[in-house]
Amino acid sequence: MTETAPQPTTAAANPPVQPMESNLLPSDVVRASATPDLPQPTRQLTKIAKLIDVSKCIGCKACQAACVEWNDTNPAIGENTGVYENPHDLTPDMFTLMRFSEWDNPATNELEWLIRKDGCMHCEDPGCLKACPAPGAIVQYSNGIVDFIHENCIGCGYCVTGCPFDIPRISKVDNTSYKCTLCSDRVAVGQGPACAKACPTKAIVFGTKEDMVAHANDRVEDLKSRGYENAGIYDPQGVGGTHVFYVLHHADKPSLYSDLPDNPRISPIVEGWKGVTKTAGMAVMGVAAAGAVLMGLFSRNKVEPEEEIAAERLVRDREEL
Amino acid sequence: MRRPLYSERGDHIESADPVRVSRYRGLTRLNHWVTAISLIVLALSGLAFFSPYLYFLTWLFGGGQIARWLHPFVGVLLFFSFLLLFVQMWRLNLPKPEDTTWVANIGDVVTGHEERLPELGKYNAGQKFIFWAMTILIVVLIVSGIMMWEQYFAEFVPIPVRRVATLIHSLSAVAIILVFILHVFAAFWVRGTLRAMTQGDVTGGWAWRHHRKWLREVAGREGRDAAE
Repeated sequence: MTETAPQPTTAAANPPVQPMESNLLPSDVVRASATPDLPQPTRQLTKIAKLIDVSKCIGCKACQAACVEWNDTNPAIGENTGVYENPHDLTPDMFTLMRFSEWDNPATNELEWLIRKDGCMHCEDPGCLKACPAPGAIVQYSNGIVDFIHENCIGCGYCVTGCPFDIPRISKVDNTSYKCTLCSDRVAVGQGPACAKACPTKAIVFGTKEDMVAHANDRVEDLKSRGYENAGIYDPQGVGGTHVFYVLHHADKPSLYSDLPDNPRISPIVEGWKGVTKTAGMAVMGVAAAGAVLMGLFSRNKVEPEEEIAAERLVRDREEL
Repeated sequence: MRRPLYSERGDHIESADPVRVSRYRGLTRLNHWVTAISLIVLALSGLAFFSPYLYFLTWLFGGGQIARWLHPFVGVLLFFSFLLLFVQMWRLNLPKPEDTTWVANIGDVVTGHEERLPELGKYNAGQKFIFWAMTILIVVLIVSGIMMWEQYFAEFVPIPVRRVATLIHSLSAVAIILVFILHVFAAFWVRGTLRAMTQGDVTGGWAWRHHRKWLREVAGREGRDAAE
């Protein structure tokens, strides 16, 4: 008999070798797209997180390679356009991307090479899930993972408008949306994400959100002691916090890191569309349809016989002109 | 020949006893029904994406993926189909002074006292409202719809613009469904109207009651032609 996999607390450990039952089940879903009355899970998984410490990143792209390897995607071979990003953007086959930016720090007069691993942030309040019209195409598990369920996805691209970080990409092959899964299939069997496992400098670490926040605080303290007085954690509260979060040496200016949003939140336009427009629209259309049926049943506008006669007289008179 | 003021050139008296007046020729009726079916398909598939409670409507089309694929193509079909209708109908839908009186006395319309209102041409102010509302909303819907057409146009429209387009598309979709409900309701409520779009003609009494100026012009024209 197989045993249920433990909830992973690190990506560093070697995986168990015996077969394990998944420990990330459909019953662990706390929110599903277009599913207003989802029954709540009976258990709460430990909240997990991936921490990306950009100050430790050397831009080697091992995380990208591990991601492609694990997810068995085949990003197209691109062309060198003189920049380090490869491919040039996230694609349906590339769920994570090292983004490189050069910044002339006015305080020190030094050129800084800021490298950020881009990908899904696994928001506590996911805009993609809110925007999605297809029931169960986007789910959020109680451990914080936001995952796309491809057989329910219809490829409309609403998740793209919902996301404050410009992450989801729609495949031209199967017309469904792709992004980082936080290796939900690895987490389900007690392992950490492939990128964290592959990172040679421990710039990417994985564990419980609590442990990761504690570790991030240590890192921030260390960076401050080294002169990065604006070092800090990027765990944006506008989206309820995220389950992929950063340590930045310039946390006061997140946008330095290849346009990481300073204050990400679900666009009020998306909220208005999915909120008041939907509710009021359904109500107005319902009332109008019901009103039309009722008035149609109880009254009518009918031609009187004398009007037929009047018309006949008119036509006859004209023809006799 | 002078362009008629209240009728199309093709409108004519089909028979004098009983009076039947031709209102829409076959091509126009076909054009109307292609537009109508497109609008219904668009409303059903669009509503499925509008509310989770209506997502089951995608079943009519064989699933969400197919509904998502089909919706924009039918939108393009509706746009061109309506464009043909527009070309045929816009002139007689221009506002006239009697429209103001008609709107001011809308109560008499609702209670069925059209004899208290001025005589009207081929369209009353309500029909004109539906025509222009449809026109404006279809233009807004096709433009915003193309902006959110993920499959072919995603790369040309920045995401913040797409958000606005999506909101506008859903608002105008609600509006056009309301206009559609009014249009269908009026066609049923005013008895004798439907046959104009099915058989193509109306009774003399219907024309006398609702569009007397139109009837007078059509009848008068035939009288003159007969005399010539």
